Amino acid sequence: MLNQLTLSELTAKLANREVSARAAMQACLDQIARVDGKIHAFISYDATDALAQADVADRELAQGGRTARCLLGVPVAVKDVLCVKNQPLNCASKILGNFISPYDATVIEKLKAAGAIVFGRLNMDEFAMGSSTENSAFGTTKNPWDLTRIPGGSSGGSAAAVAADECIASLGSDTGGSIRQPAALCGCVGLKPTYGRISRYGLVAFASSLDQIGPFTKDVRDAATLLGVMSGVDPRDSTSVPQPVPDYAAALTGDIKGLKLGLPKEYMIGGLDAEVKAAVDAAVKKFTGLGAEIVEISLPHTDYAVATYYIIATAEASANLARFDGIRYGARVDGADPIELYSKTRGAGFGPEVKRRIILGTYVLSSGYHDAYYLHAQKVRTLIRHDFLQAFEQCDAIVTPTTPTAAFKIGEKSADPLQMYLSDIFTISCNLAGIPGISVPCGFTKNPRLPVGLQLLGRPFGEESLLKIAHAYEQATPWHKEKAAI
Amino acid sequence: MASAEIDVKYVAHLARLALTPAEEKQLGAQLGNILGYIEKLRELDVSRVEPTAHAVPLVNVTRADEIRSSLSHADALRNAPKQGGGLFVVPKIVE
Repeated sequence: MLNQLTLSELTAKLANREVSARAAMQACLDQIARVDGKIHAFISYDATDALAQADVADRELAQGGRTARCLLGVPVAVKDVLCVKNQPLNCASKILGNFISPYDATVIEKLKAAGAIVFGRLNMDEFAMGSSTENSAFGTTKNPWDLTRIPGGSSGGSAAAVAADECIASLGSDTGGSIRQPAALCGCVGLKPTYGRISRYGLVAFASSLDQIGPFTKDVRDAATLLGVMSGVDPRDSTSVPQPVPDYAAALTGDIKGLKLGLPKEYMIGGLDAEVKAAVDAAVKKFTGLGAEIVEISLPHTDYAVATYYIIATAEASANLARFDGIRYGARVDGADPIELYSKTRGAGFGPEVKRRIILGTYVLSSGYHDAYYLHAQKVRTLIRHDFLQAFEQCDAIVTPTTPTAAFKIGEKSADPLQMYLSDIFTISCNLAGIPGISVPCGFTKNPRLPVGLQLLGRPFGEESLLKIAHAYEQATPWHKEKAAI
Repeated sequence: MASAEIDVKYVAHLARLALTPAEEKQLGAQLGNILGYIEKLRELDVSRVEPTAHAVPLVNVTRADEIRSSLSHADALRNAPKQGGGLFVVPKIVE
């Protein structure tokens, strides 16, 4: 089944004309037809357009075009938060109405330039706000390993689609864990690069100082390939950093002897599930066996990260989402004057979690509260970032669980927003510090059998070491080869 | 930090967000709960700490001041909920 291949397996078969891009694309479409009624990873997809792209790729492959274009003929699906020219974009919200993107995001331009078949709109929490995809206006995505459970979020559709082999790889975005957490809960690889590594042009903004685009893949090598394609400075995003883009795949040597891995003592919290802890402990043992050195480190302000995040992220969101006002695009509810039009449009168009965050963010920025909340949180953010920079003087990467538990039940946390927020405890600091993080499969719970994710955090622009370590672990363990029975 | 009470109606007005009375009540309770949790940041003395707005090692990113092409007029209007005469149509603003 071609849809089950990794990216590197597929490109090898495409290059020697063993298979066609059309056959690979059709295999993904067949899998979507077979399983997506149950999983609902996709909000929509255009099969005709996807197959037309495959035919273009096949013509180029026939002329031996693979060497120049490393993703030629590879089906890659996209979270509904990235602009793909002439395709719908909803951010899983009602407020965007029948929006059609007038241009490509920079990452989409780069994927297309590398020859990828860019298709589909993957489900997510509305405006990337959530940890379960239950906040989508288009229905909840189900976890491929257990259809009664959430796939994680906010990029739940991106993770579920890769885990269920509905595409070869996918793109998501990560503001507080929205790539790593669903990757962990669905059993695939999810990478959040350093802030500034990838251009955010064409990514609908949630919290601009935290958002970063990244790949979901079936193994670490594929993540390295996609990172290489998507990275680089972009004049259209002034926060993208002019840092050279290395050959990330070249870093995957399998040799991690002598590298130091830090275990933060603050991450052994009470809410950490025993089976998750056991899986992470076993992974640490595996690292030792591979020749890495384990050191205990301290990230003393860990306990303040969630509170800091929910001030900064909501403040930035309240400003970013002001643009959805019913004037230039999206749905509109008429009013007697512009203010009434704005209020009614936004009241009708946004879902409950988005409203909650807009109100919280507006409040922490409002006159009289700005210094007490927003400025205070920005100062705590400095402390959190310093924690990491200090820790990296003692170690090359930090090892943690990605999530405190495996996938929870649909509805289990939706009534209590604070409990939902606290489930992000291990992923949130990474965004505040602007450092890269990756989640790789590291085992399963017993009953029910659900994937567990291992998180590795690295130095700013240290993606090469991060991928090297993740790859060495992956190649020494069987977890990434297991498939959900759907 | 201030007390963990939000005047939801007032903040919703600032945010230009119409809420039903039921939403106001529910949001008030949930946000009180969240703000109560956020209070823990007060434990930290940050009087000598500089704020971090972002983690990018860049300042003053500029580009050449040159005329470049942008979205066409038709593309810019393409998603408008209401348009006329090549413009976005809005409710009357001035009397």
